[in-house]
Amino acid sequence: MESAVIVENLTRKFGHFVAVDHISFSIPRGQVFGFLGANGAGKSTTIRMLCGLLKPTSGQAIVAGYDIYHQSEEIKKVIGYMSQKFSLYRDLKVKENLEFFARVYGLDNKKFKSRVAELEEKIGLSGKEELITGKLPVGWRQRLALACAILHQPEIIFLDEPTGGVDPLARRQFWDLIYDLSSEGKTIFVTTHYLDEAEYCQEIKIMHAGRIIAEGSPAQIKKRYFPEKLFELVTAEPLRIYNWLKEQPEIEQISLFGKKLHLLISSDQVKQIQERWNGLGIGRFDLRPIVPTLEDVFIRRLEEAGGEKGK
Amino acid sequence: MLIVKNLNKSFGPFKAVSNFNLTIGREEFICLVGPDGAGKSTTLRILAGLEKPDSGEIELFGKKVVTFTSGLRTRIGYLPQNFSLYGDLTVEENLKFFAGLYGQHSPEELIKSLLEFTRLGPFKDRQADQLSGGMKQKLSLACTLVHQPELILLDEPTTGVDPVSRRDFWQILFSLQREGKSILMTTPYLDEAERATRVALMNQGQLLAFDTPEKLIASLPGKVLELVSPESRVIYQHLKTDRAFLDVQLRGDRVDFLVSKEYQEEILKKSLVDKNLSWEDLAEISPSLENVFIYLLKKENPGRENGDINGIGSHS
Repeated sequence: MESAVIVENLTRKFGHFVAVDHISFSIPRGQVFGFLGANGAGKSTTIRMLCGLLKPTSGQAIVAGYDIYHQSEEIKKVIGYMSQKFSLYRDLKVKENLEFFARVYGLDNKKFKSRVAELEEKIGLSGKEELITGKLPVGWRQRLALACAILHQPEIIFLDEPTGGVDPLARRQFWDLIYDLSSEGKTIFVTTHYLDEAEYCQEIKIMHAGRIIAEGSPAQIKKRYFPEKLFELVTAEPLRIYNWLKEQPEIEQISLFGKKLHLLISSDQVKQIQERWNGLGIGRFDLRPIVPTLEDVFIRRLEEAGGEKGK
Repeated sequence: MLIVKNLNKSFGPFKAVSNFNLTIGREEFICLVGPDGAGKSTTLRILAGLEKPDSGEIELFGKKVVTFTSGLRTRIGYLPQNFSLYGDLTVEENLKFFAGLYGQHSPEELIKSLLEFTRLGPFKDRQADQLSGGMKQKLSLACTLVHQPELILLDEPTTGVDPVSRRDFWQILFSLQREGKSILMTTPYLDEAERATRVALMNQGQLLAFDTPEKLIASLPGKVLELVSPESRVIYQHLKTDRAFLDVQLRGDRVDFLVSKEYQEEILKKSLVDKNLSWEDLAEISPSLENVFIYLLKKENPGRENGDINGIGSHS
């Protein structure tokens, strides 16, 4: 498969601080790719290098066929960038925002008109041209921001936390648009620390301290890094059961969420734990299996990676 | 602890809160969830005494509220979305400042315990501006706790906070809950809301549902089948408008189908085979609050599914 992005041993140091540490990956054309990590993990530094805004210390990267060292001007023409936070002028009308970005990208008048008509149709902004951007509901503003970012028909679209903090229905509609773009062959590069947003990506890389510490599709990642079963226990007396369970050798990990407990144990040991507790004659509890979230995986890998580093 | 009856609030023609009811008991942790513009923040502002409702009754700590007296206010802690810390003051100075505002004259012990509680102790001499997003939120929370309120109102405190700090923040809230405080918090994250004792789903100023996460999930008239396939997108395109499904959602390599409880997996398998589509895995998964929420929203606004999200959250 044709690659939209190829990264090999990419490294960036700031003084003694290694922000990005020999990372390698490639993204096939048309993929929805998710790049995750907490603040300071090295995500933004990587993107700045891929967009041609920052020179790497060492390593190679090819973006849409262009070399990031020597062809940054070409790269800027074939990428689009959208961030939920600050990409639109809120006191301009919808159409004025579109016009502004068209000028930035150097579209001529004729091309601008046909492109805007096409995008309004695709993104569903028809009839909203005269509205003030800041007064639009968040879901609409997002669509407009996306339209502005793809006016110049970029090959690769960088989305920075595109739907963070947005309600589930508006978010889903936004992702339908993203999937359409990807079906047309556009490559989508999403960075986020919202893990529910990452669930929408086809392939995920989790970054920590400049390195990639987990990768795969969301389903693969959960299976690979969380092979055991996760159980949930709801109780009126969380502390008492928590303190007891903590001492049981079968429990690999236990966390307390208010009145709920999440336990990591292998399925065949669930029964013996339950029987031991019931034998104490204090009461009963029930465990129900739950699917680990990407957040569970993320935090676990982070703890493991932190441990490795400490050695 | 708190009883809200028939609360109403309009801004001009826009009805922000409409016949809203809610109860919060001691040691309860309630999440208020809803789309942008649903009225969550307005509700919180009313309960903090910062906004006057047009009508409705509020009962706090066993007494009907006529006006939010200063005595009442000191029993409530409110963390707004854009809480202002003093950026050029240190962590400790911020806490001292807010303690002073609430008339705490010798707050040393209290500040010490808050620093310990929020694990901000090692950073007490750092300027607030130099803190990470997650630590700023913890400090903001600590500042709203200096007067030791019994009811804590938090407006989207975890938006923009990374997952590790988010968990940390939640652990702090849980310990407050165990100390006997009641918490009402708004959040756009449904995965987060699943950890609350009860969840209130709000839309267009109204309460759609209010129950424990377990009961809300059990109320869903169906089950969720999850299909894992490299062809997920093609499958979604083929089946998203199929009337056999109450809801279809594509997420990366998975497609989730909300189906009636009687639905047989075999029917889905057959229609995939007929269309020459392959899959790796098909299994029933536990529904999430997101399934419930989307189901309820679609029931309320059938038009919204066709890309028509006009009017939702729009103030104009």
